[in-house]
Amino acid sequence: MSRAGSFEGTPITRDLTIPKLFSQSARKYWDKKVAMREKEFGIWVPITWKQYYENVKAIALGMVSLGLQRGDKVAMIGDNRPEALWAEMATMCVGGIGIWLFQDSLIDEVQYIIDHSEAKLVVGEGQEEVDKCLMIKAKCPKLKKMLWDDPKGLRGYDDPILISLREIMALGRDLDKKDPGLFQDMIMKGKGDDVCLLFYTSGTTALPKGALLTHYNMLTMGSNLMQVDPYFETDDFVSYLPFAWIGEQMMSISCGIQAGFTLNFPEEPETAQENIREIGPHVMFAPPRIYEQMVRDIQVKYLDASWSKRKAYEWAMKVGYHVADLKFSKKPVRWHWKVLNGLAYLGVHKKLKDHLGLSRIRDTYTGGAAMGPDHFRFFHAIGVNLKQIYGQTEIAGISVLHRDGDIKFDTVGKPIPGTEVKITPEGEIISKSPSVFIGYYKMPEETTRALRDGWLYSGDTGFIDTDGHLVVFDRTKDVMTLGDGTKFAPQYLETRLKFSPFIKDVWAIGDRRPYVAAVVCIDYAVVGKWAESQNLVYTSYSELSQMPDIYELVRKEIAKMNHDLPPLARVKQFVNLYKEFDPDDDELTRTRKLRRAFVEERYKDIVSGLYSSHDHVQMDTTITYEDGRVARIKTDLRVMEVAG
Amino acid sequence: MAVTKEVQLKVDDIYMAFGGVQALMGVSLEVRKGEIFSIIGPNGAGKTVLLNCINGLYRPQRGHIHFEGREIDKRRPYQRARMGISRTFQKIELFKGTTVLDNIRLGRHIHLKSGLISGSVYLGKTAREEAEHRDFIEREIINLLEIEHIRDKIVGMLPYGLQKRVELARALALNPKIILLDEPLAGLNLEEVEDMARFILDINEEEKWQTTCVLVEHDMGVVMDISHRVMALNFGEKIAEGTPPEVQGNPEVIKAYLGEAEDLYVTRR
Repeated sequence: MSRAGSFEGTPITRDLTIPKLFSQSARKYWDKKVAMREKEFGIWVPITWKQYYENVKAIALGMVSLGLQRGDKVAMIGDNRPEALWAEMATMCVGGIGIWLFQDSLIDEVQYIIDHSEAKLVVGEGQEEVDKCLMIKAKCPKLKKMLWDDPKGLRGYDDPILISLREIMALGRDLDKKDPGLFQDMIMKGKGDDVCLLFYTSGTTALPKGALLTHYNMLTMGSNLMQVDPYFETDDFVSYLPFAWIGEQMMSISCGIQAGFTLNFPEEPETAQENIREIGPHVMFAPPRIYEQMVRDIQVKYLDASWSKRKAYEWAMKVGYHVADLKFSKKPVRWHWKVLNGLAYLGVHKKLKDHLGLSRIRDTYTGGAAMGPDHFRFFHAIGVNLKQIYGQTEIAGISVLHRDGDIKFDTVGKPIPGTEVKITPEGEIISKSPSVFIGYYKMPEETTRALRDGWLYSGDTGFIDTDGHLVVFDRTKDVMTLGDGTKFAPQYLETRLKFSPFIKDVWAIGDRRPYVAAVVCIDYAVVGKWAESQNLVYTSYSELSQMPDIYELVRKEIAKMNHDLPPLARVKQFVNLYKEFDPDDDELTRTRKLRRAFVEERYKDIVSGLYSSHDHVQMDTTITYEDGRVARIKTDLRVMEVAG
Repeated sequence: MAVTKEVQLKVDDIYMAFGGVQALMGVSLEVRKGEIFSIIGPNGAGKTVLLNCINGLYRPQRGHIHFEGREIDKRRPYQRARMGISRTFQKIELFKGTTVLDNIRLGRHIHLKSGLISGSVYLGKTAREEAEHRDFIEREIINLLEIEHIRDKIVGMLPYGLQKRVELARALALNPKIILLDEPLAGLNLEEVEDMARFILDINEEEKWQTTCVLVEHDMGVVMDISHRVMALNFGEKIAEGTPPEVQGNPEVIKAYLGEAEDLYVTRR
């Protein structure tokens, strides 16, 4: 089953850059192959490599006309769309450095990154980004121009800092007429060791840090990954996760440009799931929350289905789980199970895969956070080859992954070629590879802490098991010490609980405390539906979360999970939070990782309530709305014991 | 769009009675091309009756209505629609069992030229015509109202706020010169109200639309924020007309809203 070594891309040298590879591929495929597609006005519109190249050229030269020089920084913000990728590629072609911001970043975050990075240009999508930029321009003296491409709602804007992408491209074409060789010259000037991306990591603790990544870092990462899982130019990939996440860069840029597969951009973020189904990608990489949502969707549909459909599903899943477990434990699958599984596949699994947009999937990965074993087993049961990836921004994406046929759901697999992974005596995971970054921008102290003798210190605790697989326990500072002194990973509990469709987020507490407790955020849609079916009336998330029936529902789900846990690790008390965790309130990072130190401080009343004999806690906090407004919430929360 | 001096819609002294109930008593108004003209008033003041008279659902017993200089008193609703008068309803009047796209397409029906026979053969011109109309719907309506994600959904399954948006989409499919909006904000939550107010401004101001809007609405915050001129009705009579500040300060209007005076000043922020 292994396809190792079958990928033969361009060898990565110190001279090769992403733009050079881009230019080669463009010439190779020109108007014979579709480079990307975007769904626009209800239709998939193809963009050939020729168009891709010419658009990038026009934007790059347009940026030069605005005064962009080698080493200058360009910040980008907005949804995934071809123009975004063109702007990024154009920046690299000029020899500039690209910076990506999450499209939902609040003003302060945008200002911090643009100011700290000294970005000269900002490329935004439409009105929302333009508004953000106009609000911060006075505080970011280095910022020269803001580019935009969607005119909707911008009719009344006349600030001279604004310029449309169309105007930029016209400027670029003029410059090309005057100096036809300029674009290629700029590309040829690049060297592999030049910085191409300044990547601000979300950081679960402090201010964002800007990791400097070179062309060589990005390209070696892609090439080493494809030694394990080669991708082909006939493959389709759907780009819908934020470009500000290294995982998306690694697929769309590092691998995309080397393998030459077709990138597909959804119509709107809301239509992504539907558009994925229309395309049926061959390769997919997403954080666990995407897969968790898929499982939740299926579980909810199951609850709604007719009796016969439910029975068919139950039977097919039973067969699927059995076969998946045999494969996990590398035991042979007997012929009659193969037959049963074939039937289950035809009757149920195949249709589930189709609905999830996974009907043609060959390689699918999860990474960026921990995924629970139950979710993992689910995907293998329906015949989706889901693999775990481990990596970080500082190593240009990934360093460790599962190999086909050698998947253990409690590990993240083995290092990719060219990568060494070791565990320090303290238990920290460290790695070395050509893709390790060169340092943090303007942060020498952090750089020396993360980079020692060429080794990248991850801040994660883990170990290597007897099969040579890496096991990531948790962030070192998050590992809990239970009452009896054993170490325990809170994320393990959390991911297990998230398998319940009713639970969206969990925060497990228990470090050096008498027992483990949890703060639960219910899934509004699913629990709301359940409440309606029980004739419970509610008006808001806060109200729903505090209803006694909902508490009982959550209690049962926790008790179910407690069943297979060692007694000390069982959740004893819990609280239903009156709101969901939200990056706008700093409770999650933009990649939706829980910022424990922050929530511990913010919800210290709840924590003390969970470890007291009272059955209520009083809360008094503020919440931030998407437009930056702040509201104060005063409420009483119930503390419930999970008996049994 | 800049408001012009040109009067697009003129209602002249109309009377409308239902049995013994006088719904409109000598109401006159002039809507200028390119403006957002709002009609306010307490419940039962005759606002919806007035809209029904303008688009032809009711025939007033007295008075005249002129649209773009032509008298339209005798014209039936579909004829007025063909002239470019479109509307939405206070209570949603969509075809709940069909998709969003089909509902919008229906609003476009008036512009289809192909007949029954060429439609059943569906070649050449007919197919091209359909593609053109679909293109218009996608580019100018679905994109504007941000309903890409529901275009193939069944209308009856959608939440109320989105149904309101579909209702507006269908009214726009007519490519109207003037659009009558009957309480487009009723029953919406804060976020949906903000979206809808933005859409109304877009329809009024975007270069491709520049449509005159006649708005019947209770949400004073939005009415006072986006209207060029406001008219107040009470018991079928006009009690005030002017710019938002003028109407807000009018003692008669305050009296009509008796006890709700402060409502006139409350915006949603």
